[in-house]
Amino acid sequence: MNFDFSEDQKFLAGEARKFLENRCTTAHVREVLDDENKSHNEDVWNQVVEMGWLGTAIPEEYGGLGLGMLELCVIAEEMGRALAPVPFASTAYFFAEALKIAGSEDQKKDLLAKVASGEIVGCYAASEGPGNPDASKLSVSFDGSKVSGTKIPVTDGDIATHAIVLAKEGSGASLVLVDLTGDGVTRKPVQTLEPTRSHAEIKFDGAPGTRIGPAGQAADLNDAILNRAAVLLAFEQLGGADRCLEMATEFAKERFAFGRPIGGNQAIKHKLAEMYVKNQVARSNSYYGAWALSTDAAELPEAAAAARLASSDAFWFASKENIQTHGGMGFTWEVDCHLFYRRAKLLAVQAGAPKIWKEKLVSALERKNAA
Amino acid sequence: MDFNDTPEEAEFRAEARGFLEKHLKLKDGAGGRHRSTDDFLKRAKNWQKTKAEGGFAQITWPKEWGGRGGTSMQQVIWNQEEGKFDAPTGPFAIGLGMCVPTVIAFGSDDHKKRYVEKALRGEEIWCQLFSEPAAGSDVAGVKTRAVKDGDEWVINGQKVWTTGAHFSDYGIVLTRTDPKAPKHKGLTMFIVDMNDPGVEAKPIHQASGGREFNEVYFTDVRIPDSDRLGEVGEGWKVALVTLMNERLAVGGSPGPDWKEIMDYARGKGTLSDQAFREKLADWYVAAQGYNLTKFRTQTALSRGGTPGPENSIGKIITANQLQDICNSAIEMQDHYGIMNDSETMPANAIFQQSFMWAPGLRIAGGTDEILKNIIAERVLGLPQDVRVDKDVPFETLKQG
Repeated sequence: MNFDFSEDQKFLAGEARKFLENRCTTAHVREVLDDENKSHNEDVWNQVVEMGWLGTAIPEEYGGLGLGMLELCVIAEEMGRALAPVPFASTAYFFAEALKIAGSEDQKKDLLAKVASGEIVGCYAASEGPGNPDASKLSVSFDGSKVSGTKIPVTDGDIATHAIVLAKEGSGASLVLVDLTGDGVTRKPVQTLEPTRSHAEIKFDGAPGTRIGPAGQAADLNDAILNRAAVLLAFEQLGGADRCLEMATEFAKERFAFGRPIGGNQAIKHKLAEMYVKNQVARSNSYYGAWALSTDAAELPEAAAAARLASSDAFWFASKENIQTHGGMGFTWEVDCHLFYRRAKLLAVQAGAPKIWKEKLVSALERKNAA
Repeated sequence: MDFNDTPEEAEFRAEARGFLEKHLKLKDGAGGRHRSTDDFLKRAKNWQKTKAEGGFAQITWPKEWGGRGGTSMQQVIWNQEEGKFDAPTGPFAIGLGMCVPTVIAFGSDDHKKRYVEKALRGEEIWCQLFSEPAAGSDVAGVKTRAVKDGDEWVINGQKVWTTGAHFSDYGIVLTRTDPKAPKHKGLTMFIVDMNDPGVEAKPIHQASGGREFNEVYFTDVRIPDSDRLGEVGEGWKVALVTLMNERLAVGGSPGPDWKEIMDYARGKGTLSDQAFREKLADWYVAAQGYNLTKFRTQTALSRGGTPGPENSIGKIITANQLQDICNSAIEMQDHYGIMNDSETMPANAIFQQSFMWAPGLRIAGGTDEILKNIIAERVLGLPQDVRVDKDVPFETLKQG
C-alpha cells in the first residue's frame, strides 16, 4: 500500500510552504484586497514564475520542469493555504491542462514553454451568466476564425494574455484560443466578493481565434478539463480548510471567556472536531483524485467529483466556523478569517458549484454500476 | 502513489491466502450476523487453534507469547484476507485484542504461563468488565466494590454491556477499592473466573430487539490477591493499557451502504429523484473518505510508521451514515417502509433492521460525543472539559 505522496513530493511541499510563508503572507494578500487598482500581487507572481512552478506538470520537451501532476497537487495545496493572490490556477490548472489534453503539437510547442516561463498568463472563459455553462446553449460563437459574444465572469480575465474560450461552432461547441491583447477584445474588471482574485467581463467582437482540439468536440473536452482542474482546485481548498482549522484551534486555546479558554467548551471542541473530520475526508478524497489524475485512470470522473465535493464542503464549513469561533473579532476587516471565507466561496463555484458535481458523480456511479 | 503491496507484503499475503484456502471456504456473499450458538463457538475455537498452530494468531505478538513477531501491516493484510473467508473470529477479538495483552503487561509469570497460550489457542475466552450502569463514557466512575479480606478480595456490584460474558471463561474486572480517594486513584484491576458461582451473566434486551450483550452481577465473589493486575489503586493505569490495545480498525461497512441503497432505488425507479441523487453523492463522498483514510493509515504502517489519529474519524462517519441511509430507505418506501418482516420486505428488511441497530452503533465503543472530545483534546490539543471530579473523594461526587 502506497497511498501517500513520496518523500520527494513532501519535500517539495515543505519547500513551497516555507517560501510562501515568507513571500506570500496575508499582508501580501491584503495589498490586493485593499487596492482597487490591483488585480493580483505582481511581486508574488514574479517570484512564483521564477520558482518555475507554472511548469511543474509541463513536460520538459515543452519547456516545463517535467515533474508531474502529483507535484502540481502538493504545490496547489500550499497555494491554497497561502491564499496566493495570483493567476496560478487559471494558467496552470485550466489553460495549460487544456493545451496538454487538446492542443496540437505545434500549439503545445509554441504555448506551453511560454506558460512555463511566465510570458503567457492564461484564463479559461466559460461562464456567460447565471447558471452552469451548457456547451449546447452558448451565446458566444466561433465561425472558424473569429469569436463573438460576451463571457462573464472570467477569473483573471483582465490580466490574462490569452484565453481559451468555450464557444458555439455550428451545431456543437469548440475550444478557441484567443490572444486577449489583440483586436476585437474589450475587457473590464467586474466586482466580486473575492477581490484578491481578479475577474473580468470579456467582450469579443470578431476577435481572431484558433481552435484547440477538433471542431464541435468542446462538450467532452470541457468535461475533461474540468475534471483535471477540479482535482487541483480540491488541493487548494484543502490547504485553505486546514489553515482555517489551525487558526480556529489556536484562537480557541488563547481566547479566554468566563475565566477559561473557549476551546475547553464542548460546543467549540465538537465544532472543531467536525472540521477535522471533514478535512480528513477531503484529504483522502483529494489524494484519490491525485492518483487518478497522475495515472490517467478510468476512475478520474468520480474521483475528481468526490475530491471537489469533499474539499468544497470542508473549506466552506471550516471558513464559516472559523469566523464563528473567532466571535466578533472574526467579523472585522483586520482579522484574516474573511479572506478564507471569500476564497472558499470562489473556489466552490468557479469550476461548477457542488450541485453540478453531485450530478456528475452520481451519473458516473450509474455508468459504473449499471444494472 | 499506488495501491500495491511491497514485494514483502505480497509474499506475506500469498502465504496467508494459501493458509486460508487450505482451511476455509470463501464467503458466499450472504454472510449474515453470527449467532453465539454452541456450534458457532465450537467452530470458532477450532479455527483459533488452527491459526495458532499455523503462526497466524496474533501476528504482532512476540514469538515468546506464541505470536509471529510480525508487523502491524502484516496483521492488516491478514485481517483483509481472513475477512474474505467464512472465518468464525468474533469471540476472541476482545480477549486477544485487549484483555490478554493487559495480562501480559501487568500479570505475574505464573499468570502468563497459565493464561496466554490457552487464550491464543482458543481454549479459553476472555471478556472485559469495565462499563457499569453509572459508568459508561465516564468509565473511571465504576462503583463495583472490591474489599480486602485477608489474602483475598471480595467483589460486589454490577457491570453492563459486557460482550460475550455468557460464554467467557475469564475476565478482567475494574473495581473500586478506595471510595475515599479521587475517582481515578481508587481503582484496582483483577482477573476474575467467570465460572465462579457468584458471577451471573444476564442478557440485555436491547432496543433493537436482540440480546447480544450482558449485564454481569458480582455477589461476594472472592478473588485471591495474587490475581490482581497492577498495584492497588493503580487500576486506571491498567485500564488505559487495555483500551489502547484496541485492534487496528480494518472492519468494513457495518450495514447497507451507498451502493445498496443505490441498487434499491434503481430497482424501485426512484433513482432519478434529484434530492435523492444529491444525498447519494454525499454518502459516497463520506464513505470514500473513510475507506481511503484507512488506506492512508495502512500506508503509514507499510512505511514503518505508526498510524496517526486519522482512524478516530471512522466510527463517527460510518455510524451516522448508516442511520441516515436506513432512514432514507424507509422513507423512500413511504408507509410501506414501516414493515420489517425479512421474509417479505425488499432487501430482506436490511434497512429496517439496521435502522434499529444504528443508534447502538453511535454509542458503542465511544459515543459520537466522546470521539469528538478525543479528536479535540488529543489531536487538536484543546483543553479538557471542566472537571468537578478531580482531587475530591469519589464517595462525595454527585451521582445519578
